[in-house]
Amino acid sequence: MTGTSRVPFWRDVKRLSALAQVVVALAAIGLVAFLVTTAFRQMVARGIPFTLSFLGAEAGFTISEGSLLAFEDGRLVWRVFQPLDTYLDAFVVGLVNTLRVAVIGIVIATVMGVLIGVGRLSSNGLLRGMTFVYVEAVRNTPLLLQMFFWYFAVFLNLPGAREASAWYGGLIVTNQGAFIPWPTPVGAYGPFLLALLAAVALAGAAYPVGRRRAQGARFAVSTFVVAAVAGVAISGVPFALSYPELGRFRITGGATLSPEFVAVLLALVIYTAAFIAEVIRGGIQSIPTGQAEAAKSLGLTESQTMRLVILPQAVRIVIPPIGNLHLSLMKNTSLAVAVGYPDLFNVYRTIGNQSGRSLEGVVIVMIVYLVLSLLISGAINAYNRRVLSSWGS
Amino acid sequence: MTRLVTWARKNLVSGPLNTVITVATAALIYLVMKPVLVWAFTTARWDVIPRTARILAIGPYPPPQAWRVWLALALVLVCTALTVASFRLPARPRLKLVASLSWAVALVSSAVLLLAVPMNLWGGLFLTIVLTVASLALAFPLSIALALGRTSKLPIVRILSTFFVELMRGVPLVSVLFLAWLMVPLFVPENWRSPQAIRAIIGFALFNAAYYSEYIRGGLQGVHKGQHEGAWSVGLSSFDTLTRIVLPQAIRSVIPGLVGQSITAFKNTSLVVIIGLLDLLGITQSILANPSFLGLERELYLFLMVIYFAFSSIMSYGGRRLETSMGLGRR
Repeated sequence: MTGTSRVPFWRDVKRLSALAQVVVALAAIGLVAFLVTTAFRQMVARGIPFTLSFLGAEAGFTISEGSLLAFEDGRLVWRVFQPLDTYLDAFVVGLVNTLRVAVIGIVIATVMGVLIGVGRLSSNGLLRGMTFVYVEAVRNTPLLLQMFFWYFAVFLNLPGAREASAWYGGLIVTNQGAFIPWPTPVGAYGPFLLALLAAVALAGAAYPVGRRRAQGARFAVSTFVVAAVAGVAISGVPFALSYPELGRFRITGGATLSPEFVAVLLALVIYTAAFIAEVIRGGIQSIPTGQAEAAKSLGLTESQTMRLVILPQAVRIVIPPIGNLHLSLMKNTSLAVAVGYPDLFNVYRTIGNQSGRSLEGVVIVMIVYLVLSLLISGAINAYNRRVLSSWGS
Repeated sequence: MTRLVTWARKNLVSGPLNTVITVATAALIYLVMKPVLVWAFTTARWDVIPRTARILAIGPYPPPQAWRVWLALALVLVCTALTVASFRLPARPRLKLVASLSWAVALVSSAVLLLAVPMNLWGGLFLTIVLTVASLALAFPLSIALALGRTSKLPIVRILSTFFVELMRGVPLVSVLFLAWLMVPLFVPENWRSPQAIRAIIGFALFNAAYYSEYIRGGLQGVHKGQHEGAWSVGLSSFDTLTRIVLPQAIRSVIPGLVGQSITAFKNTSLVVIIGLLDLLGITQSILANPSFLGLERELYLFLMVIYFAFSSIMSYGGRRLETSMGLGRR
């Protein structure tokens, strides 16, 4: 088309699309402006103007568990939340509690999910059947119902501290929480840390040596283990395992996990592991059978085939969906509000009731979750890129 | 019998490792199931379920008005039967028209029927189903718009859609529900107290639309370019190309994902407990708070799991039938 020929402007695709964009942009700006101004006007009319100044005010309530990093007497300390702290401090405690249950949950759920996913494909019929029933039962019922079940039906019906009995390995479970063995410091940390650092340094030095024989990682790990064992044998271990003991009225020693924490963790782990198991199964099954047959014809054993041929290929496929499941586990910690575990959302609810700043609070909470989500999905993408490039796709 | 023995030999005791796994699994099943079964057949008080069945089904809906719910249910079942029949008998194209019309009539008339009772008295499984159906019905068209927006060539449209979808997918559902719960009253006249169920439906719809739209976007990307070109070359307008050629193929190809998301949405309706609605789980919580039903958590929660499981299974079965009837994977 030459420059002189005229296209009427209502049929000019370029102008039309520019026009459409302007219209959409104006409509979107108008909608947002309408929503925001109406909300602000209504809030002012109801005597609750939007402000963040409440964050510095004294909270005046307690939080059942969780600590924060505070600045006291010129140094940083890790201490429990007190009613004199501010609302902002309360949000921080909530975030710490959310991260605590999310990180522990992600680690356990992934290990459990991988085991169950492999169990779904086992050559053993009984194991296959059991894992199938587990996965189907867990995936088809709501997470919140499962959380209620673990908390109200199981945990609160457990015997109290007086009738409780110690389980294997020193674990005690009562309706007041779970008590687990926990290391307590008994000596100086200096030599111990020095021994570990020396082991790390040796492993780092060993890596390039092993690299030449194409097994750098394995060489470095075994160097680290040998060096660490030797070093710690010299320096001594500065902590001892403290076991919980049944006293007359209460349990002493070890570490206490609140029933709310355990119920939330249990529900999240059991729920997410079932979904991870399905992803693992799908990933393994998506590898063409020709791969396994070729490995077999080369004389590889069944476990070698799995380890060297199937799994490395399946890993690439399953990383993005598993990362998304980790993300949803993190977001699902917000259901903890229903059983009273003081996660970020639960703390927000208390703050909202106490200060009347519900809308401001929910905006803060959403921004925090959004940042966490972006961090996790950024990590997934980075890892995924690394795996793809290292396998040379 | 011999077949069973062959199966057991091959699947349970084919080698030493396999035998060890069999024994360990059996021991685990025994350890877990024995106390559960002993409890279920001795101390469990299952009579709580018939005693609370009506409340679990319709919540605080006044019993003299309960016929409204049953009648609406009957209407929906008739429509479902008609729809299934229309799929089964493709030789009668008029049946499809009848089915669609009957859905329109049934939905409008059951809404009129049910709304005679104020929404704050709706509850139980009935409310759970209303929340699911209403939020998904609102979410579906919105999700198509979002998916088209995200694949649009116009940068502003694309950015706005992407922003909304990623915002919804980055925050927990509870916070979206809370936001809707707090914000909706600000946009309606102050003298009209918007029912909590409506606020929850709006929150669910926005959230589910974002998740639906990601599946539909995937479907849109999977439609071959030749389909667009073919449609244009036979003279279809862009609108007809979209609604008659591209969207049907895109949506058909992502039915499994959409059904999965619908099941998730159904399970997620239980989150309304947190804003105090009396859906199936909420009404159970209030039954358990009643002193005469103290200590019956296990019975009621297990029963609820069975109900949720049954509905989820029905939905996934329906989804699979839909896939086959639409020829997914064959055409």
